[in-house]
Amino acid sequence: MTFPHRHLLGIEALRPDEITTLLDLADQYVTLNRLPDKHADALVGLTQINMFFENSTRTQASFEIAGKRLGADVMNMAMQASSVKKGETLIDTALTLNAMHPDLLVVRHPHSGAVDLLAQKVNCAVLNAGDGRHEHPTQALLDALTIRRAKGRLHRLSVAICGDIAHSRVARSNILLLGKMENRLRLIGPPTLMPAGIAEFGVEVFDDMQEGLKDVDVVMMLRLQKERMDGGFIPSEREYYHRYGLDEDKLRSAKPDAIVMHPGPMNRGVEIDGTLADDINRSVIQDQVEMGVAVRMAAMDLLAQNLRLTRGAA
Amino acid sequence: MTKLTFLNARLVDPETDEIAVGGLVVEDGRITKRLPKDAPRLTSGRVIDCHLKYLAPGIVDLGVKVCEPGERHKESYRSAGLAAATGGITTMVTRPDTEPAIDSPETLEFVTRRANEVAPVNVLPMAALTKGREGREMTEIGFLMDAGAVAFTDCDRVVTDTKVFSRALTYARSLGALVVAHPQDPGLSKGAAATSGKFASLRGLPSVSPMAERMALDRDIALIEMTGARYHADQITCARALPALERAKANGLDVTAGTSIHHLTLNALDIADYRTFFKLKPPLRDEQDRLAVAEAVRSGLIDIISSMHTPQDEESKRLPFEEAASGAVALETLLPAAMRLYHAGLIQLPTIWRALSLNPAKRLGLDSGRLTIGSPADLVLFDPDAPFLMDRATLCSKSRNTPFDGARMQGKVLATYVAGTCVYERT
Repeated sequence: MTFPHRHLLGIEALRPDEITTLLDLADQYVTLNRLPDKHADALVGLTQINMFFENSTRTQASFEIAGKRLGADVMNMAMQASSVKKGETLIDTALTLNAMHPDLLVVRHPHSGAVDLLAQKVNCAVLNAGDGRHEHPTQALLDALTIRRAKGRLHRLSVAICGDIAHSRVARSNILLLGKMENRLRLIGPPTLMPAGIAEFGVEVFDDMQEGLKDVDVVMMLRLQKERMDGGFIPSEREYYHRYGLDEDKLRSAKPDAIVMHPGPMNRGVEIDGTLADDINRSVIQDQVEMGVAVRMAAMDLLAQNLRLTRGAA
Repeated sequence: MTKLTFLNARLVDPETDEIAVGGLVVEDGRITKRLPKDAPRLTSGRVIDCHLKYLAPGIVDLGVKVCEPGERHKESYRSAGLAAATGGITTMVTRPDTEPAIDSPETLEFVTRRANEVAPVNVLPMAALTKGREGREMTEIGFLMDAGAVAFTDCDRVVTDTKVFSRALTYARSLGALVVAHPQDPGLSKGAAATSGKFASLRGLPSVSPMAERMALDRDIALIEMTGARYHADQITCARALPALERAKANGLDVTAGTSIHHLTLNALDIADYRTFFKLKPPLRDEQDRLAVAEAVRSGLIDIISSMHTPQDEESKRLPFEEAASGAVALETLLPAAMRLYHAGLIQLPTIWRALSLNPAKRLGLDSGRLTIGSPADLVLFDPDAPFLMDRATLCSKSRNTPFDGARMQGKVLATYVAGTCVYERT
């Protein structure tokens, strides 16, 4: 078995060769997704439930399309509107769903570690679609696939991650993944948005954007949450854009062929210049969305293979 | 007159800082004689041959939470008393952070009556410093002392208003009351579930710098300098807070400090994959802090080791880490956990007992916690080497939220005596 995992809870548990296995399979799904007939049968007969305890449009849609293209029966549950409001605990919700025999559970939750907790209580495969500030593994994997296809490799690249590192699960998963694949990481942002102990992560930290972007191959921008903009962590939106918003001028420090990434949804004029985001020669933001579906198909395919194997053995 | 003689014991004496083979004679609940090694077997009364096991003063545990009134399903005086006896604790000094808080003489009397009816060990209650632990108005400190309160504390709620706190300290001073505080800057530590650092950042947990502890201790010490009150910091858990404590003591302030057994034996990495039984307040620190605090206990800078026994039911702990309740039960694991410090060579047994029994008794003005002639025969007989696998299902506490579940431990309590009466014997 080249992908010996029951769940996909984070990048932390993955080995470099397992990441490569998953990305290789995702490459095939990219090809499939560009054909007129996009159907495959890896998940036929399986039930996929998307449980989102936090609002999401793109991630949920991406998982839904991925499941449907592979033939799964997909159900979406908006958890804020349901039993959570009635006071049911996470574990009870999980046990209730578990009794309906789902095979794949896609979960997003506002608290770090909540998806791990849920995975301990169910007997299906669990995919973490983002838990608190902890991890968002499929985002890091789709970013990796985007980089690999744009740059032709996923090692020995200089990658800058800019913005709100402290509150970002995308940043954590990307730091772990890109570190495992032996890339140089540079984190850029105001010190109020850097997590504690960042010096021990094996990364370089900059609070000056131009210095941080010097000669990088990849520029990864992060979304700045609205509630963090006013006075709490940074003085104002306009000062943030002035110092940390990505525009043509700051991007000149990077390599001439550097690509620009953003996990979306973007705040144009806050963390990234609108024209730059749309520049097809620099921005790969739309590719990221495309890779997202393929990566999620690959992840669910691999987990489903393991699921069928263990059930066959039982 | 009842007479009880212990022979052939290794006596752990925190006052002389020595361990000597010998015996004790107990009459009418008090220690009346120390016997030398190879003393002849006396004929009158009951004789217990200790077979060279260790006999030490019973533990005086400062800061036990029993969930009466309000949440008896988590822990009652009966279950806590049994757990204490099983753990070699002969005096529980209980916390007022119940629901409602113990902040009036009437509530205190209820608690004392309940405790005396059902608990096999001594129970001494602490009362709230401010009404409802809300940090606004001081409680009836005088009446509460008359009703038996041995100290005053708002537990983990910090009195943020320095005017209120300084007045309460001034008033407490006039009555000679001991004030126990929780040094933790409330602003900095708001919402924190872990200690800031690489681990918390990787796990994505909201975290607090250990500096929050030092800041609050600095503030409290300044207020003690101003008011001259008797002050005890419930838990000092990080290296950065130690110099401030040392200075306060050197300046002659009436300040003591405690720490919890968990902060002495575990560190932040033990939280691993969001194990909520390891969620404590203050959160577990890193290994350097743990070692610095253990050294401070050895040197005597930190005076007291407590269990900080905090029962939580399964529902409060089976939640995502950020949402889960803080605290751990420890009455029954305090002694074996403390043996980890001894087996690791960090602190010797008599010094451990200075922090477990002698110092807390002294701080509260009790004559227990020592093996001196005339002091109460509150004793624990134990084997520091006996190994066992901790199974939380075996605990007497109603709540079983121990971080040591499944851990390999050494140190078993063989028997516990309160005023010469056996309240627990290992079968």
